Amino acid sequence: MVEVRVDPEICAASGMCKLLVPAVFDQSEEDGTVLLTDPVPPADLEAKVRTAALRCPAGAIAVHEMETDAS
Amino acid sequence: MPEETQHQFDHARRAGFGPSDDIRQQRAQGALVKEEVAPAPGAATEPIWMALGYEAVRQVMGDHVRFSNQRRFRAQAIRGGSKHRPQEMSGHLMDYDQPEHTRLRKMLTPEFTVRRIQRLKPVTEQIAERCLDAMERAGQPADLVDLYASPISGAVLCELLGVPRDDRREFLVKHQWQLEQDRSRKDRAAAQAYTSGYLRALVKRQRKDPDEGFIGQLIRDHGDNFDDEELLGICGLMVLAGLDNVTGMISLGVLALLEHPDQLAVFLADPEKNVDRVVDELLRFLSVAHAPTPRTAVEDVVVAGQLVKAGEEIVCSIPMANRDPALGPDVDRFDVNRDPLPHIAFGHGIHHCIGAALGRMELRTAYLALWRRFPDLRLAVPAADVPHKTNSIAYGLEHLPVAW
Repeated sequence: MVEVRVDPEICAASGMCKLLVPAVFDQSEEDGTVLLTDPVPPADLEAKVRTAALRCPAGAIAVHEMETDAS
Repeated sequence: MPEETQHQFDHARRAGFGPSDDIRQQRAQGALVKEEVAPAPGAATEPIWMALGYEAVRQVMGDHVRFSNQRRFRAQAIRGGSKHRPQEMSGHLMDYDQPEHTRLRKMLTPEFTVRRIQRLKPVTEQIAERCLDAMERAGQPADLVDLYASPISGAVLCELLGVPRDDRREFLVKHQWQLEQDRSRKDRAAAQAYTSGYLRALVKRQRKDPDEGFIGQLIRDHGDNFDDEELLGICGLMVLAGLDNVTGMISLGVLALLEHPDQLAVFLADPEKNVDRVVDELLRFLSVAHAPTPRTAVEDVVVAGQLVKAGEEIVCSIPMANRDPALGPDVDRFDVNRDPLPHIAFGHGIHHCIGAALGRMELRTAYLALWRRFPDLRLAVPAADVPHKTNSIAYGLEHLPVAW
């Protein structure tokens, strides 16, 4: 499992993340910056979320591995 | 702005859909190379850095602290790194650094969010359908640049800016004139006076009576925070960014699909489902924007193992970065089946294209509508005879004769 963190302060409001993974990212109506709708996305979206982090022009998305009890 | 750049740098060199062989050979020397260029035609040459590798380009574009967009020491920028901004550069976000850049950009971004751009989708679809009607009336073969790519980017831009339908033709023609190298200096100056006068009047009109469009909304939400020169500069930037790039992508994209029937077949197997990845791969493969605003190092910085000294300039090659093997396997291939690569066709860092979502929506709409109307679209001349357009801020085609 992964946990996603975003930093609206450095976000350039490009909308890339929302385009790539609309189930996880949104854009604020007010200034277009990133909003996180699902900080712990389902496993099948992990690869997409990682792509979004790589594609983010501002480096405003971080993906962290989560320690799980099951592992 | 664009017309000077093409004389200064050779980064616009292309061959077919990709960068030219000589720029590729330069890349073999390193990810960052020094080149001698003349700042103006006939002037003595000066050294300038060219970033050709993906990591180098991302480093430079991603570091707005050590690389400045506005402190240029040559050409048409703020000379000597002065803080004083000439009036004609007001509002041109690409020539701004922090914190001014963020101040302006934050006010603009709400107008360009993915959600807001969806509102322009129905009108973009109508525009595409009207163009297709006109193509059918004109008969085969038809020039896809003149009758489809160019009118779509033009009409969408005019919708965004709020240029009334009756004024559009003249506004767009005059804009084109001012960019054409083979036109006389006098004609180009007159055309420029016309378009800037037109935009000035438009801004004044919107100040008095703001409508529902982009400029009207900006004035309603932030009118007191913009002066007219800034608004004018923002309009100018939209014109500069919203026409040739989009026209180039539509026309070259259609040619790329026609020239890769296997990829076209994947697209047409389920157009609605596949169009987004087709658009994304075309953006990377074609990389029509040659280079972003040159960056100037504000302190000594090491890039790709080379020392760039404070005050030196770097031009970043978007097409070279987007075909760097570091990006993924087989990057010279146009492959719509691949997982989307982290390309930088819309730039990288704080100056990432503010109109990226708008551009994607236009391309998506244009490719879908075209093949919906003409499923058997084909070239009307041999591909080798299609004239490529290299004398502009974006790569594209002069003409694209098609039949259906």
